[in-house]
Amino acid sequence: MDKINEAREIKKARWFLGALSLAALLALIIIRPLPFLCFPGLPYSGFLGRAIYIFILACVLSLYRIARGPTGADRIVAIDILGIMIVGLCAVLTISTQRSWYMDIAIAWALQSFISTLALSKYLEGRSFDE
Amino acid sequence: MSDIIGLVFISIGLFFDVIGCLGLVRLPDVYNRLQASTKCVTLGTCSILFGTFLVVGFTAAGFKALMCMAFLILTSPVAAHAIARGAHRAGVKLCKDSVVDEYAKDKEGEA
Repeated sequence: MDKINEAREIKKARWFLGALSLAALLALIIIRPLPFLCFPGLPYSGFLGRAIYIFILACVLSLYRIARGPTGADRIVAIDILGIMIVGLCAVLTISTQRSWYMDIAIAWALQSFISTLALSKYLEGRSFDE
Repeated sequence: MSDIIGLVFISIGLFFDVIGCLGLVRLPDVYNRLQASTKCVTLGTCSILFGTFLVVGFTAAGFKALMCMAFLILTSPVAAHAIARGAHRAGVKLCKDSVVDEYAKDKEGEA
């Protein structure tokens, strides 16, 4: 009985620690972001610089799953999510740098991510690519 | 005015992206992770692209954003379905708290 209670308390403490560290990171990004990647002089530079830092945080979370994932399917899911998130990052960069060719990169990246996900899932299923 | 609405859409999209990646880290199983992350991140990225269209306006980049949004809505469920099918056929176990597994019954019926 004591062991079960102890395990539950350790789980609760880890949950609390993780939530606290994530909230601290988000607050640090929102209150005082680092001066890189904020493009001064262009419209909405403050908001979009913070948005880019939040994107980097989300990408680091999915990179953790790529590195740690116990099976191959976890890694494939994380790679798919990373590709979709890079599309959003390119859309934010379109506004924040006023260069319209970032949108072309976004479309090409979405196509490439979709095709690579299909190929990897067929490989996972154990079939060859031309079936 | 449309700029402010676009920035609000981008904020909603960022929120959903972070929640989806948190689900990717926290949940116990491949199928749960697929569920949470694919839906949240697709909705979030589509919201970000729509906000980009609202901010940029009726230019080439804005129409490309709309096109990319339609493409993501079409392709993301297909990719998620392919991953789930491949993972189940490759023998990835469900987590311990799972209640039902209908696809295993279907596979027995096929074989």
